[in-house]
Amino acid sequence: MIPLIERELVDNKKWISQDEMVDILSISQAFPGAVAVNTAVLIGRKLGGYTGAFFALIGVILPSFLIILIVARLFIYISNNSIVIAALKAVSSAIVALLIYAVVRMWKAGIKDKISPIITLVALLLLLGARIHPIYVVIMGILFGLIYHGLRILKIRKKQK
Amino acid sequence: MIPLIEREIVTRGWLTGQEFVNIISISEMTPGPIAINTATFIGYRIGGIPGAMLATVGVVLPSLILILGIYIFLSKYQQRQIIKDTIYGIRPIVLALIIHAVILVAVNTYFKEGTGIRDLLNISTGSDFLEIINPVTIAITVVSLIVLFLTKIHPILVILAAGAIGVILHFIGVL
Repeated sequence: MIPLIERELVDNKKWISQDEMVDILSISQAFPGAVAVNTAVLIGRKLGGYTGAFFALIGVILPSFLIILIVARLFIYISNNSIVIAALKAVSSAIVALLIYAVVRMWKAGIKDKISPIITLVALLLLLGARIHPIYVVIMGILFGLIYHGLRILKIRKKQK
Repeated sequence: MIPLIEREIVTRGWLTGQEFVNIISISEMTPGPIAINTATFIGYRIGGIPGAMLATVGVVLPSLILILGIYIFLSKYQQRQIIKDTIYGIRPIVLALIIHAVILVAVNTYFKEGTGIRDLLNISTGSDFLEIINPVTIAITVVSLIVLFLTKIHPILVILAAGAIGVILHFIGVL
């Protein structure tokens, strides 16, 4: 969905610049929520204040909302069909591959130190083994970020001495 | 966001793990953000059209308020190192959440219905293992991975192709 938004607003309509688009995208990706919705809302706010944000939200959600309603209605009739079950099984197998692919790409782009893999492993064990709520793991990540920041400041101070 | 939704829905007994994975698959194939599609779908299954509307508002509203607040805050302080470091600290966690989602989807896809992670830990011999696992689904994952890493084929095409192959395999009698 992002390439669609980008082509329409930056290239075709020229409502925002490429730089502004990149800024908004990085904020949308770093924080919770669907990236396409976050992006649309932030662009809407930039162009038309809170009214703009509101209509951007409606515009980005409504089409898929209506499509899902239709699909969900049909799904009740076809969910016991063995052909549909086979297709869905194959699709979810491909989705496993897609998710693995996303993890590998994010890993290559974003993880550059030696502590992060350990954090990932600990978080995963907590999620699977202890079944703790995902939100606590996110809070753990924020604390890790703050500690990481503290350590960096200590290092800089040491060097200055 | 998917692990969050899975956790709430399945532990409340609103849907089974298998139904949940089916809904994720459909949400992936339908245009629009996956988390929102999933929420709308589950809302509809549980509470009809009002359920779908409330689920959609519910999934959008918190992140909407948060992102607007964060955006206003960050436009002032974006260059501060503490903000950059905090965002960096969340990255390994986001990866853990995605890997968790991979495991959830994989367990529901590869194993016969009703198999939980705890059942897998109880398996001691190889023969039990072959009875509950579905090797065809694993093969589809491996082939999809090879295609994704070696070619530039768009992911949505990989998903659609997998669906078509699933139908063909069904008629051959393998899946």
